[in-house]
Amino acid sequence: MIQRFANPNRFMRLSAAVVPWMAGATVILGAAGLYLGLFQAPADYQQGESVRIMYVHVPAAWMALFCYTSMAAASATALIWKHPLADLAARSTAPIGICFTFLALITGSLWGKPMWGTWWVWDARLTSVLVLFFLYLGYMALVNAFDDPARGAKAAAVLALVGFVNVPIIKFSVDWWNSLHQPASVLKLGGPSIHPSMLAPLLLMALAFTTYYFWVLLVRLRAEILSTKIRAVRLRQVHG
Amino acid sequence: MSRFLHIARRDVRLAFRQGIGGLMAVMFFVLAVVLFPFGVGPEVNMLARISAGVIWVAALLASMLSLEQLFQADFEDGSLELLALTPMPLEVVVLAKVTAHWLTTGLPLIAAAPLLAVLLHMNTEGFTVLIVALALGTPSLSLIGAVGAALILGSRRGGVLLSLLILPLFIPVLIFGVGAVDAALAGFTVRPQLFVLGAFFLAALSLCPWAAAAALRQALE
Amino acid sequence: MTLFTGRNLVCVRGERRVFAGLDFAVDAGAALVLAGANGSGKSSLLRLMAGLLRPASGTLAWDGAATAADPDAHRARLHYVGHLDAMKPVLTVAENLRFWAGLRPGRRTGNPGDAVGPALETFGIAHLADVPGRFLSAGQKRRLTLARIVTAPAPLWLLDEPTTALDEAATASLEAAIAGHRAGGGMVVVATHTRMAVDGARVLDLSHFAVRSQGAGELGS
Repeated sequence: MIQRFANPNRFMRLSAAVVPWMAGATVILGAAGLYLGLFQAPADYQQGESVRIMYVHVPAAWMALFCYTSMAAASATALIWKHPLADLAARSTAPIGICFTFLALITGSLWGKPMWGTWWVWDARLTSVLVLFFLYLGYMALVNAFDDPARGAKAAAVLALVGFVNVPIIKFSVDWWNSLHQPASVLKLGGPSIHPSMLAPLLLMALAFTTYYFWVLLVRLRAEILSTKIRAVRLRQVHG
Repeated sequence: MSRFLHIARRDVRLAFRQGIGGLMAVMFFVLAVVLFPFGVGPEVNMLARISAGVIWVAALLASMLSLEQLFQADFEDGSLELLALTPMPLEVVVLAKVTAHWLTTGLPLIAAAPLLAVLLHMNTEGFTVLIVALALGTPSLSLIGAVGAALILGSRRGGVLLSLLILPLFIPVLIFGVGAVDAALAGFTVRPQLFVLGAFFLAALSLCPWAAAAALRQALE
Repeated sequence: MTLFTGRNLVCVRGERRVFAGLDFAVDAGAALVLAGANGSGKSSLLRLMAGLLRPASGTLAWDGAATAADPDAHRARLHYVGHLDAMKPVLTVAENLRFWAGLRPGRRTGNPGDAVGPALETFGIAHLADVPGRFLSAGQKRRLTLARIVTAPAPLWLLDEPTTALDEAATASLEAAIAGHRAGGGMVVVATHTRMAVDGARVLDLSHFAVRSQGAGELGS
């Protein structure tokens, strides 16, 4: 299955067909999710209208973790099986992941001001997400720090795997430590503890963010493959 | 085992032959801490309250600065590829060099810490815990730092890059290291924090040599 | 008897294929001289043979068994001399040599340092034993590097431009050392631009295996 995508030419053909579908799905799911979330879902009896930030904040935080997990998985694939697209996939995921992390931090801060009365608290969940942000930064800096792109990709893959220890810490930080941040209410044992009228827009937004991720990832991968081809042409000019 | 000691002894000897240069990390540590009374003012209560945090942050930075050179010199003069070609696992070489690094930087930091604690008016109840926490925490810093030091070999702007890579990973050690001292100063039990620091050390001991060796092999390709 | 062989080796450096479809065989007591223009992959082939680089495809075998199956054993039977001298300026000549000698196996009986004196004699730098490395000239550093390979026996010598910076007397010493090594059944693979007297050596011209009009690896094809 994986090997079928190893051929860049086949990948280019396949991705060209998939990209418009991903773009369309992102627009439709995102519009539906925002409409339900901002206009249809009830305001929270405690939090009022500001609860609607949740429909961006929670999916963004999920995606921040999802992107890092994908990046680590792609890095492991690249290190173990030397799959040519895995390196590119890991490298292309990082900028998307850091944007989701940033979005989660900013929306969390905006939500925290009316709820907790402060923009920021130094508790386990917020701190570990901030560390995730720095891990993404370090990864991106390392990828670009070498003259030989292959060396940068391999070094960054090791870093991605080392940094992966942070992901379970983020997920369980609210359970392990007393935190201002509320515990998980959707992804937990015994089913979600959230009303369907709020769950529907939340899941729609999460789906929209996921299709957005795959859309941008494919576009970036295509660009990376094309630039590799350009470098190959340049090298041929040098080495004959 | 004898080869492990052979490498560690050579690295310690190299550090000693550099004379004052080998003590650079401790001098940085002392200077960085001494800056704080100038920055926040010499008020006793204020200094006593921030003392644990200041000492830990300065120790973190000092050990990070010295880590940049952990593999760099051996990489540049070709020693690293010969070490990689000796008939023993590269993980053992990493562990030997990390041990030497801790002996030449971590240990002097621990020795200097009580002196700095006095300068910052730390309550004497905190001293023992500070030393124990540093003794448990600094080996983790050397181990985690070895991964970063191996990753940056051959890169542009290695030093700044190293701080970007390993400081986020140092944060847990910082949190529990400071937590232990603060707990002792407040009269609470310090066992949980020290146990967590010990667990970090064991986890780093089992993971980091492997990751650093993988990074070194890439750097030598 | 053919001991050390390579089959169908492909080497990729960065994004460039250096050579492809390369075969070689070295018998006990034989020598292989690598020839070819700059960039033809002489150094890369030596690093492949040493195990510092992994071939993109193809296999290296020792006595019929793939070297990749037991890299520790393979490293134990080779000496590698690269472009760099792996010499610490703050250690004396004897200390430098003793360090590398102590990392090799096969000297279980007796002190590994015992071989240091004769090895320095071989290359005419015994009088420099107590001189710190930083005072050595380029040629003297090179002699020290070469002395390293005669301190501990290993059947396979991989020498990358070993005569760089050497004068005629030192080159003659090296030729004599190689002859003595081969007389004892040892093997030598040497990459060189200069004329070296290596009796009955086979010449492997790497320009025959160069890859033309083919840029990057799989992604560019």
